[in-house]
Amino acid sequence: MNDTVSTTSAAGASPVDGPLATVAIVISLAVAVWALVAAVRHRPPDRIQFVGLAVLEVALLALTVTALVALGGGDRPGEPGAFFGYLVTLVCLPPLAWVLARMEPTRWGSGIVCAICLVTPVVAVRLQQTWDILGG
Amino acid sequence: MADTTSGHEQRATNRGPGRLLIAVYILFAIAATSRAGLQIATRFDEAPVAYLLSALAALIYIVAAVGLARAGHTGRRVALACCTVELAGVLGVGVLSIADRELFPDETVWSDFGSGYGYVPLVLPVLGLFWLWRTRRDPA
Repeated sequence: MNDTVSTTSAAGASPVDGPLATVAIVISLAVAVWALVAAVRHRPPDRIQFVGLAVLEVALLALTVTALVALGGGDRPGEPGAFFGYLVTLVCLPPLAWVLARMEPTRWGSGIVCAICLVTPVVAVRLQQTWDILGG
Repeated sequence: MADTTSGHEQRATNRGPGRLLIAVYILFAIAATSRAGLQIATRFDEAPVAYLLSALAALIYIVAAVGLARAGHTGRRVALACCTVELAGVLGVGVLSIADRELFPDETVWSDFGSGYGYVPLVLPVLGLFWLWRTRRDPA
C-alpha cells in the first residue's frame, strides 16, 4: 500500500501485517472480553457482541482484499497453502460465532463468542507468519 | 446405559455448555483438518505417521462434534467413543512424542499433550466426557 507496485524486497512489506490486522486483532480481543463479562454475568449475546462480530468481519474482509491486491501485484506468501488456509478460516470465524451465538441465546452463547474471538487473533498471527516465512 | 427406558428425558448434549463445547470441537476440527490436509498434500513423505495421525485426529474432532450436536442416543455413544479415543490419543501421543522424537519428526495436534494448541486438546476430551456424564439424565 505504501510503496505502490511490487517492491520485490526480500522481506517485503507484508500485506497482512499492517494497521488493518492490528485493528482486527484489537476488535476481536475487545469483543472477547465483552463476551466474557456477559458470560460471567449470565447474559446472552447482546447487540454489542453481534455488532462487534460484524465490524470484525468487515475488518477481516478488508484484510483479505489487501492480501488479494498484493497477490495481484505479484507478491507471494512464504507458505501459500497454509496462508490461504488461514485466510479462509479467518474470514469464516466471525460468521461461525454469529450463527452459534444466535442458536444459543444464553450465557453459553456469550461463551461461544468469547472463545471464537480469542481464537481469531491467533489465526491472524499465524496468517502473518505464513506470509513472512520466505520460501525454502 | 439403557437410559431411554428411564422416566427421565436425557438432557440434550447440544444445549447450553454443550453448544460451547461443540463450538470448540468445530474449531479443532477445522484446525486439524486443514493441518492434516496441507501436510499430506505437500510433504507426506517427511513424516507419514505424524500426518496420518493429524488426519485421524481431524476425523475424530469432526465425528465428536457431530455426535454432540445430534444429541440422540446414538450421538451420545458416538461422542463417548470419540472423546475416549481422543483422550487415549492425546495421552499416548503425548508420551510417545516426548519419549521418541524420531517417531514424530513433525508436530501433530496431539504432540507434547497438545502444547502447540495451549493444551486444549488435552482438556477437551475430559470436558467432553464430563459433559456426557453430566447430561446422562435430567438433573433439573
